[in-house]
Amino acid sequence: MSVAASTSVNYLNHDRSIKSWLLTRDHKRIGILYLVVISLAFLAGGILAMFIRLEQAAPGQDIMGPDAYNQVFTIHGVLMIFAFIIPAIPAIMGNFVLPMQLGAKDVAFPRLNLLSFYLYVAGAVIALSALLVGRIDGGWTFYAPYSIRVGDSILFVTMGVFVMGFSSILTGVNFIVTIHKMRAPGLTWNRLPLFVWSIYATAIVQVLATPVVGLTVVLLFLERLLGIGIFDPALGGDPVLFQHFFWFYSHPAVYVMILPAFGIISELIGTFSRHRIFGYRFVALSSVAIAFLGALVWGHHMFVAGQSALASTVFSLLTFLIGIPTGVKVVNWVVTMHKGSIQLRTPMLYALMFLVLFSIGGFTGIMLGVLPIDIHLHDTYFIVAHFHYTMVGGNVIAALGGLHYWWPKITGKMFNETLGAIAAGLIFVGFNLTFIPQFIAGSRGLPRRYFDYPVEFESLNQLSTYGSWVMAAGLFLVAAYLLYSLFKGKKASANPWGSLTLEWTHTNPLPDPYNFERTPTVTRGPYDYHLAKELFEDIPSGDGVDSRQVPELEEEG
Amino acid sequence: MGENGSVFLPEAASSFAGEVDALFNFVLVVSTILLVAVVGTIIYFVIRYRRRSHSFIPVPDTDSKVLELASIVLPTILVLILFTWGFQVFVTLSTAPPDSYEITVRGKQWLWEFEYPNGVVTVNEMYVPLNKPVRLKMSADDVLHSLFVPEFRVKQDLIPNRYTTVWFEATKAGEYRIYCTEYCGTQHSAMLGTVYAVSEAEFDAWLQSQGQELPSIELGEQVFTQYSCNACHAIDGNRLVGPPVNGLFGTTRTLADGSTIEVDDSYLKESIIDPNAKIVEGFPPGLMPASLAASLTARQIDGLVEYIKSLE
Repeated sequence: MSVAASTSVNYLNHDRSIKSWLLTRDHKRIGILYLVVISLAFLAGGILAMFIRLEQAAPGQDIMGPDAYNQVFTIHGVLMIFAFIIPAIPAIMGNFVLPMQLGAKDVAFPRLNLLSFYLYVAGAVIALSALLVGRIDGGWTFYAPYSIRVGDSILFVTMGVFVMGFSSILTGVNFIVTIHKMRAPGLTWNRLPLFVWSIYATAIVQVLATPVVGLTVVLLFLERLLGIGIFDPALGGDPVLFQHFFWFYSHPAVYVMILPAFGIISELIGTFSRHRIFGYRFVALSSVAIAFLGALVWGHHMFVAGQSALASTVFSLLTFLIGIPTGVKVVNWVVTMHKGSIQLRTPMLYALMFLVLFSIGGFTGIMLGVLPIDIHLHDTYFIVAHFHYTMVGGNVIAALGGLHYWWPKITGKMFNETLGAIAAGLIFVGFNLTFIPQFIAGSRGLPRRYFDYPVEFESLNQLSTYGSWVMAAGLFLVAAYLLYSLFKGKKASANPWGSLTLEWTHTNPLPDPYNFERTPTVTRGPYDYHLAKELFEDIPSGDGVDSRQVPELEEEG
Repeated sequence: MGENGSVFLPEAASSFAGEVDALFNFVLVVSTILLVAVVGTIIYFVIRYRRRSHSFIPVPDTDSKVLELASIVLPTILVLILFTWGFQVFVTLSTAPPDSYEITVRGKQWLWEFEYPNGVVTVNEMYVPLNKPVRLKMSADDVLHSLFVPEFRVKQDLIPNRYTTVWFEATKAGEYRIYCTEYCGTQHSAMLGTVYAVSEAEFDAWLQSQGQELPSIELGEQVFTQYSCNACHAIDGNRLVGPPVNGLFGTTRTLADGSTIEVDDSYLKESIIDPNAKIVEGFPPGLMPASLAASLTARQIDGLVEYIKSLE
């Protein structure tokens, strides 16, 4: 037993000055900085989403005019995609958890890590400063030539996205080096937690795909400032080329959004089933395979854009092939629960929600991969519903699961799990009520990005608006009980869920400056619960302060 | 607009809509079965294997190679079936029969223009003959647009400086909405049109009547409403977005720069072709799209001028 009963000095309170936070090089504090800023971006994007739903509640003009509405859905998309979903899991939970899961003191390049954070903030500020020079209009996809003709604001937005992308590249490089060079003794590749594997795959995509944004920015600047025709047909450019550039980055970016979510789900299902992840090696390596294959399917966004029928056919086939490993993962997670010991704690509720919602996103994705069906559904509300099922049902639900799972480790406090279950239920019901009507409206023909719509779609839109209120209520409840727990929450034990990965093996809250008093030695896989029976013998309920401290793994023999 | 169709799909009114629907329904049914299986299994496992004792550690399953392989091979077979079937229908959708009737389509912010082989041009209204393949040869004037007729299951982007094509064969008489599905600015959601699918005899009669030369004033009146001039210019003296146009001819107007001008034929014509050349005092410049006139024939412009002159 190496761990002191309560460490009075920890990473949160060793230095309380503002400077010690803003200039910190501690991966845990940087993770918290990201948590604060990214949560604000999510709040702003979410409020815009509520405005969209309010305007759509009835046909015609309700609360704003068409120009305002068009900007609202554009900024909603930009904020949610670039400032929230892409960085959320890697930057918050990757930063906080990854070094500890490796048994490392920090990431490989702590200064670079801090720079990543400030690049992210700077990129978000540059993108939003576009509002000072003009409108942010054109949808988050910014298809040329419309977006270019909106004015110079397009340059600010793409520049901002590029700077945020640079933050993403640096984080990716940092994580790749950390995973290669800083694993604890005994932590072989086959013993890596699946969250680490998924962050590794994500980092590959971040490093390889993001530079394409840089190219696009350069070309846009050449076009706008020097009048060289690249994308704008009025100058002899090709607008479809812009779509190729855009999706050549943005489709891989979809995997930046979803792969880390897969990692969290693996951790949650392993922990709360107390079972080894079925097909561990497949789940791990398929993430890496998806990272590379994800670069080959961008054309499935362009089946009706005017690309050749042959290109569309090839992209359709590749899209199906990349869908298979994703589907197999869902099977693996479900099979993992077979003969497990399943406990429905709050994080596990989110994992199960993920399985249901992401499956719906996946099946509708397969549907969209079928060429003639996509032609009918492209750019309708069906697409809107589909990607919200994958991005919210996938990424956001997994992020919420991860946040609840690691909250006791981040803050040292437990939250109210009754409220947790109620909020999860509200989010699940609200989300489905919001987006199932959109599937139907879309396949019946309602196009996306419509300020006004024919009256026959009114009842579907109303349902969707009611759903958004239920979902918002759930999310505000989450924010409320988590913030409440900071002040009044029960003190959490070091390992409240009974997990086996290294971040749970030491005191709570975490010590400063380093994560481990001694570098741990790893002697078993991340989900080998049957090899760690001694951890679970006297734990009364798994959530009290009186539960036993977990011994460091090196004492395992 | 079709009231029939299933919960998920609108009425099927083209020759290949049924094939697309069969694919859609197949994926829908298979997906629903698989989803119910996944959710059912999850619920069963959660109940059957719930944690009964806090110290219970389950014995790990040995990895079943058979199950792992099956979970890869079966979906692969399923998606290959889908791909092949989808590809066959896609070939049909991409290949217009050689004897197709051709209509040229131009999309511009924010209206549709349809030009028939005999030179007749309509705006936001497309007449097509039933049971005859129609091929649309399309391009955009300004930004990207996309033509979508849900009941026909067709959609295709329109691109400036390039032709794209789409074809269909209407099989049910009726009126079907045309949507623009590529975001194109302020009035994107108002860029709607209508397809009138009519019998071949009706179609021919309609085309003939369009071909007939309308008297100039009537032609002008038709253009005035078709191009939505009346949305901004009242003919009863009311002030809308733009100045009213009745009782105008022969009067003297004060312009924004303080000068005055007598309203004659040339002034009216110039104000249609180059709306910002002279701005009437008290009205903002830059609102009337200058691109409108480019799609009007000389005769239509003359007709507009005559029509405006005739208004009292």
